[in-house]
Amino acid sequence: MVNPFTKAELERYSRHLIIPEFNLEGQRKLKEAKVLVIGSGGLGSPMLMYLAAAGVGHIGIVDFDVIEDHNLQRQVLFDINQVGASKAQSAKERILGLNPHIDVTVHETRITSENALELIEQYDVVADGTDNFPTRYLVNDACVLAGKTNVYASIYRFEGQCSVFNYLRPDGTRGPNYRDLFPSPPPPGLVPSCSEGGVIGVLPGILGSLQALEVIKVISGVGDVLDGRLFLFDAATFGTRTLKVRPNAKNPLTGEHPTQTALIDYEMFCGLGGAPKEERPVKEITPAALDAIGKKGEAPVLIDVREPYEFAIAEMGGVLMPVDSVPERLTEIPKDRPVVIHCRSGVRSARVIRMLEDQHGYDNLLNLKGGILGWQEDVDPSLARY
Amino acid sequence: MNAIIIPTPLRKFTGGAGRFESPAESVQDLLEDLVQSHEGLRPHLFDNGGDLRSFIRVYVGDEDIHELDGTATRLSAGTEVSIIPAIAGGIA
Repeated sequence: MVNPFTKAELERYSRHLIIPEFNLEGQRKLKEAKVLVIGSGGLGSPMLMYLAAAGVGHIGIVDFDVIEDHNLQRQVLFDINQVGASKAQSAKERILGLNPHIDVTVHETRITSENALELIEQYDVVADGTDNFPTRYLVNDACVLAGKTNVYASIYRFEGQCSVFNYLRPDGTRGPNYRDLFPSPPPPGLVPSCSEGGVIGVLPGILGSLQALEVIKVISGVGDVLDGRLFLFDAATFGTRTLKVRPNAKNPLTGEHPTQTALIDYEMFCGLGGAPKEERPVKEITPAALDAIGKKGEAPVLIDVREPYEFAIAEMGGVLMPVDSVPERLTEIPKDRPVVIHCRSGVRSARVIRMLEDQHGYDNLLNLKGGILGWQEDVDPSLARY
Repeated sequence: MNAIIIPTPLRKFTGGAGRFESPAESVQDLLEDLVQSHEGLRPHLFDNGGDLRSFIRVYVGDEDIHELDGTATRLSAGTEVSIIPAIAGGIA
């Protein structure tokens, strides 16, 4: 076997080289491998650091986003001096600082149905560190169509999932993919809204590290990869489960009656695209107008329909009445004078107003345009944004 | 008793509980006990026809009920049933 390594590389990777089943051959496979990491956020941070440190020879980074301060709670690739800078570029600088013996390519773009196949075809293995359903399905389908292994992880609050999809087995067949597990996504109404998101910062560190591990195993051929298995981690209880993933006859790409042979419109597929569902507009008041009448001493009743944990971050003097408690607290909402209702950005409060108008005969309700975020922007910059 | 593990996204319908126990002897009966105790869960687990929704997987031990007898799968005492939802990341 030809030794492709310089003395500096041999010394850098020596702790791999002295693992008998990994050795120089495993390291050579890493050096020759091309891995595309999609998303350089919470999952991408540890993944990129460990893949670079391990000596994966060619790493591609796809990210269109810029670094924001609230990313630093979990995206440990970045520091405060990089807030406002490109994630993909900053990630490249960071990992080349860690390992100059590798090549890094930045794709500063959003992955779409138009560019996904072209991007993915340049690589051997894909690692999906994205954060939304349309992109999850896009990456899965593109990997199946392009014949690439997709190392997957996903997180929510305290819960993480990890698997290896579309794995090329020694017999030449492919393992199950995401569509075998979930042929289609939940409709938007059933997924958590902005008040129900969040993630404990360490969790993507754990799941992203597991992803890096599986990428290294897929490339080196060492160990048993998470092919046909779904690993679940509950950080709250420290519960772990490993479940079997089987081929699903209903898989539209690889099932018994495939109906899909190309990429589709994933925003539409996930119920997010197209003409927005016509919802009756509600009367609004801008933050500036609310501020002006307040200064005249005519402040209307203000009701805050967010959750207590949101109220604790920032509030603007409203009566806290979480959405689910509104029907039981109608006596606190007068009908004889103007009432302004607000939430974080204005979506939940509009829904509450429609409900109160339709079911309880209110006609004096105004939605605060842009919610407390709009108020923070236009009137009170001292409030924290979240 | 048999137990069913409720995933994080559905815990707002169980008052935060991550585990539900019932003496039910089949997956169907266990799920029915669960949604009777937490009625808000029903539309998230079943469609209008009463079938399990396609974006939810139900496992008995480490095996998908589709590989067993579906919701008719019998449970021996002490079996752990899991509801597995699709989760996407920070946004959803």
